Amino acid sequence: MSRAVEESNRRMLRARDAMDRDYAKPLDISTLAGIAYVSEAHFIRVFRATFGETPHRYLQRRRVERAMFLLRETDRSVTDICFEVGFMSLGTFSRTFTDIVGEPPTTYRWRAADLSAVPACFMKAWTRPSSFGEARSRQEG
Amino acid sequence: MANKITHTQVYVLDQDEALDFYVGKLGFEVNVDADLGFMRWLTVNFPGQPDRQLLLERPGPPAHDEATAEQIRELVTKGALGMAAIISVDDIHKTYKELVAQGVEFTEEPTERFYGTDCGLRDPFGNPLRIGTPKEGPLEVPASIAATEFS
Repeated sequence: MSRAVEESNRRMLRARDAMDRDYAKPLDISTLAGIAYVSEAHFIRVFRATFGETPHRYLQRRRVERAMFLLRETDRSVTDICFEVGFMSLGTFSRTFTDIVGEPPTTYRWRAADLSAVPACFMKAWTRPSSFGEARSRQEG
Repeated sequence: MANKITHTQVYVLDQDEALDFYVGKLGFEVNVDADLGFMRWLTVNFPGQPDRQLLLERPGPPAHDEATAEQIRELVTKGALGMAAIISVDDIHKTYKELVAQGVEFTEEPTERFYGTDCGLRDPFGNPLRIGTPKEGPLEVPASIAATEFS
């Protein structure tokens, strides 16, 4: 029994590694299930049981993580970055990015650009959530 | 005063299979292979570096009860236990080609980074390793990466 779990884990890990490596390519469930040597339905169920999220969500998080990096470190356009990390449409990219990161790509980029220009110690102090009500007064002003 | 790392350890599911990989493919050589009765003490090192050994340990009794050993094996095969080692080679592009030809499972191709060129691979059990050619001289960590790491 235990040996079967180990072999299953190892195959799921191989499919997950493929997502980490080939996130920019059009990876579909049948390709990934093929890497794990299981049926598609079995793959989705067992991957989730193994890693705590569906393969689709894992791939989205991987792509968004790469997009965050490119938004921070390059000045390439959001559209360019969207396709570069493997999304097929700008709408899906923006929606997924916002869902995972909590703000849209452009907002994230502005904030990251602000942050990278200042020393880390200042940034830590400046971005710490405050309880003195400045954010509210800024919004009202 | 403590001054040196002589041994580090990695969990392997099968010690003979571990030798095939670490010795047969990565180029380690066996330092000690001793049957202690309660365990097989198996260490490897790179040629010319016998004072820096990697212990290839099989989880199980008496160090672990069977249920705990099973948990360890499950974590290893999920790739969730620590990195076995970071290894440096003279020419990563050459080594990469050689290891690919031997069927080694790479998680990342050689990639240029501020600290050198490196890539990711797994041992047969799922343990991650990194192998690469570090840049020479003092490293300059890019400011933007440093800043965002602290956010």
